[in-house]
Amino acid sequence: MIAHLPILQVVIPLMAAPICLILNRSKLAWLFALIVSGVSCLVSILLLQQVMTTGVISYELGGWQAPWGIEYRIDELNALMLLIISAISTIVLFAAPKSIDKEIVKGKHTYFYVLYLLSLTGMLGIVATGDAFNVFVFLEITSLSAYALIAMGKKKQAVWASFQYLVMGTIGATFILIGIGLMYQMTGTLNMQDLSQRLPEVAQTRTVFTAFAFVIVGVCLKLAMFPLHLWLPNAYAYAPSIVTSFFSATSTKVAIYLLIRFTFSVFGLSFSFTTVPLQTLFMTLGLVGIFVASISAIYQHNIKHLFAYSSIAQIGYMIVGFSISSVAGLTATLLHLFNHALMKSAIFLALAAVAYRVGNVRLDSLRGLGRQMPLTMAAIVIGGLSLIGVPLTVGFVSKWYLLSALIEQGWWPVAVLILLGSMLAVIYVWKVVEVAYFKEPVGTPVKEAPIGFLIPIWILVLANVYFGIDTRFSVQVAQAAAESLFGGAL
Amino acid sequence: MLIGLFNNWVVIVLMMSGLYIVIAQGNLIKKLVGLTIFQTSVFIFYISMAKVSGGSAPILDQEISVYSNPLPHVLILTAIVVGIATTALGLSLVVRIKESYGTIEEEEIQQQDNLQNQKENKVEVKE
Amino acid sequence: MNLSLDLMLQLAIILPILSSFAIIAAGRYPNLRESVTITTCLILIYLVVNLYQGLLADETISVFWWELLPGLNVSFDIEPLGMLFALIASFLWLVTTCYAIGYMRSHNEKNQTRFYVCFAIAIGAVIGLAFSANLFTLFIFYEVLTLSTYPLVTHAGTEKAKQGGRTYLGILLTTSIVLFLLAIVGTWFVAGTLDFKLGGIFSDDVSIFVASALLVLFIFGIGKAAIMPFHRWLPAAMVAPTPVSSLLHAVAVVKAGVFTVLKVCVFIFGLDLLAILPTTQFLLYLAAASVLLASIVAMRQDNLKARLAYSTVSQLGYITIGALLATSTGVVGSSMHIAMHAFGKITLFFCAGAILVSLHKSKISEMVGIGKQMPITMAAFFIASLSIIGVPPTGGTWSKWYLMMGALETEQFIIMMVLMLSSLLNIAYLLPIPFHAFFPNLTAFKPIEQGASKVIQEKQKIDAGSDIQIKEAPLPSLIAIVVTALGCLILFVHPQPLFELATSVLTGRG
Repeated sequence: MIAHLPILQVVIPLMAAPICLILNRSKLAWLFALIVSGVSCLVSILLLQQVMTTGVISYELGGWQAPWGIEYRIDELNALMLLIISAISTIVLFAAPKSIDKEIVKGKHTYFYVLYLLSLTGMLGIVATGDAFNVFVFLEITSLSAYALIAMGKKKQAVWASFQYLVMGTIGATFILIGIGLMYQMTGTLNMQDLSQRLPEVAQTRTVFTAFAFVIVGVCLKLAMFPLHLWLPNAYAYAPSIVTSFFSATSTKVAIYLLIRFTFSVFGLSFSFTTVPLQTLFMTLGLVGIFVASISAIYQHNIKHLFAYSSIAQIGYMIVGFSISSVAGLTATLLHLFNHALMKSAIFLALAAVAYRVGNVRLDSLRGLGRQMPLTMAAIVIGGLSLIGVPLTVGFVSKWYLLSALIEQGWWPVAVLILLGSMLAVIYVWKVVEVAYFKEPVGTPVKEAPIGFLIPIWILVLANVYFGIDTRFSVQVAQAAAESLFGGAL
Repeated sequence: MLIGLFNNWVVIVLMMSGLYIVIAQGNLIKKLVGLTIFQTSVFIFYISMAKVSGGSAPILDQEISVYSNPLPHVLILTAIVVGIATTALGLSLVVRIKESYGTIEEEEIQQQDNLQNQKENKVEVKE
Repeated sequence: MNLSLDLMLQLAIILPILSSFAIIAAGRYPNLRESVTITTCLILIYLVVNLYQGLLADETISVFWWELLPGLNVSFDIEPLGMLFALIASFLWLVTTCYAIGYMRSHNEKNQTRFYVCFAIAIGAVIGLAFSANLFTLFIFYEVLTLSTYPLVTHAGTEKAKQGGRTYLGILLTTSIVLFLLAIVGTWFVAGTLDFKLGGIFSDDVSIFVASALLVLFIFGIGKAAIMPFHRWLPAAMVAPTPVSSLLHAVAVVKAGVFTVLKVCVFIFGLDLLAILPTTQFLLYLAAASVLLASIVAMRQDNLKARLAYSTVSQLGYITIGALLATSTGVVGSSMHIAMHAFGKITLFFCAGAILVSLHKSKISEMVGIGKQMPITMAAFFIASLSIIGVPPTGGTWSKWYLMMGALETEQFIIMMVLMLSSLLNIAYLLPIPFHAFFPNLTAFKPIEQGASKVIQEKQKIDAGSDIQIKEAPLPSLIAIVVTALGCLILFVHPQPLFELATSVLTGRG
């Protein structure tokens, strides 16, 4: 059993998805999905434990040997990603039944859980697999279920947002497919490990450059890096709240994982950063992204839009950390990946609770909620403080690492810009706080969110604080992952 | 050189025209058509890449020693399935867009959305 | 009780924060709630005094909590400067609570539970900040202090309070996160440690350029020290209820700022390094300009609290100057001024609040002749003014004396001039207030502000012989005023313990 953990990680939710359809009762399907997600989470914990003690796990699918068969490869980075995805998925699912009751038409509840599990499968698959083409397949599983999930949103804009996402997402995925094809053409292999050994021989050919360009652009579309971020705000804002909190924490993170995997492992550090001027390009785009997205966030009237833009800005931080291309910088990126998943899922889940009680999440509807829904609003405040990077929250930890990585390289101006960027976060977070605490409530008073929301929200909020105080786990894993990526490259 | 890589030229022409249609056309159905052409170009790229000159179809036979590479064909089979799923999903979304917006022209949809947003923001200002 | 000193140290930090839960629990019963606060104050004072005695007995008191990031600890250590700050803060907390009970009730403020809760957390943060063993721990408590005082500043919940809160949080967070944090990370990178160490933590071969840049970042980044141009938050914070302005914005928060400046100068840079940095001189002049400008602005304020706020900005400049003079005399002067100014300014704010509560007056031009109605308050105001100015028989004399000595020693004549000129300005903007209060009929002192016609009206009212009754503030508030005013006097007669603490800052143990 233990030996088959890598494949179980992916297969369990995959198999469970159609079963959900058979169950055909909303509550039953929910319970089942919750259990499945919980089991996935358990598997990922076991995997992480195994990786940390015994090193990289390689699993041959169907017993076919590695370069020919599909290999599942779990190293520290993969294990960390698997844990983030499955844990967030489980916690978010806790709050699902209530929220869905309000936001999705009655007859479609089981479909929701089917799609949810499928997108979970896809994300776990992308991370677990060590085969480049397999990545594409899982990517499309995630994306297709994501389009459908977003289209389930109550407003009519949801369908339109979903369509736009579909067009952009398909272009991105097809780009990745082209890149993979070109790589295969040059090396005759699809196994990432194998690719990384064979690519250096042909690194100077035009084909490899083209392959690299296609893959990177495709991945950047998926991770909504500025200026390829246009699909994200609407998709997040109009999707059902549960979907938003799940995706905000996981889907762009998976794309970041792909970016790291392709640049560091497959193409190799020296190719990605020396032969191609990725550093300057990404540093600039990351910084511009932080500012443009943060400033856009300030002007939003819909809070989901606001935090969606903030997500784009936070991706900018990860890109900056990534572009430093040092162990410290990569550690900062991975830490922020983990931490941002915690912050954003907490905030969006709290917004789901607001949407449940108030009916919408326009800035104006928050008036006076500080008094009426104190626990929910407190969660948003703590999540917001974490976004700003106040000490004792996770946001501070990643900011600290990012700063020290920048200063290690002597890039003081960039460090200053990063900090100024976080001041913009103060502005948009405080916009929300002021409305919630200083404006008199209008309309009928609402009650505090039901306990079904509060428990998962506060688990995430406390995780925000806990991992901001006791950083041993996150720092250790992130550092190990970053070091192994650099070890593999050298 | 130019002739030798003629399959690539075909691919590039298809790819670019597909991409152009996606960007330039305002009609959602046409967009999807463009997207499909774009995807198809990649399928052709994979399939033509697998051709080994003088190779036969990859069916094991004692008289044949050179085969075309079967792996890309298999891969692209998967990609085609994915492509069909995408198109199907896209078309069903278009149906729903038509139902709720009453149009499938990008500009008109955008206009309706903008109006809606303006209305909501105005309400906010008034309050 | 036989608690070990280490345990007491931890208790002193945790206790106020824990008490906030008790305050919430007792929220419905105001009397119980206030007794919880008072009890906590008393225990805190007991703990701090015990720690003080431990320090005098030359015991090492330090606690290690946990390692937040590799090499960055949250840990505490007691040294004389922190002790001095903690003693003042805990003692004045008791006095202020006493005052607040009278003030908040007679003013019918809402949300009193939230008020006391945030107050307790802020004090916990101050104690934590005072006893921090490294810059990192200090930074954490610095930010906690900012955030916990935000609800206090915006307590009224009005549009004006919201605006004030925005400025308050905006400036304090911007400076601390953008500049202060950058300086800390830079220091961490250059020196490899953030532990406070006497004589500084930079090695001898540190580049002068980098160290100068870091110093500038620190001085600007510690926004709580209110060096111009980052002083705007302090007047903005005056929308808060008076007990908040008095304890937090005359003592705890601003003193946390200058305390941090002192700590950085003495324990991160070290006086020797500080003296040779080229930017020190520049920052000295900046602080001097801040002293003068703030005094001038203060003269033009008609709102009493605003005037006191600008006066605070000016006085904080003194302390920064003392630190930047980079001599032992200057540091002694600064340390003592932390205490002296605390007692003086808190009294002044108490008086301002008392006038507001009893007579509903907040403008200086309206305060002519109120000496007859509030004799005790105005007498206290007079004493405290003297202390701020630095005239015997008040405590302020000593700290100004040492600051002047420091400037003289280092031959900073311009700074000396500024200090003297500023003292004159202090006289001009503080003394007329009690003077007019007691002697409304004397026209020799024309009020500086525009409200001269009003003054005449007020005078006529008084001349008309409208029955003047004594109308002092509520008793708890009055007691607080008298205690702090007496404090100013006692510190003149008996500054010995304070002086010893201040001098031992540079020698290590007490």
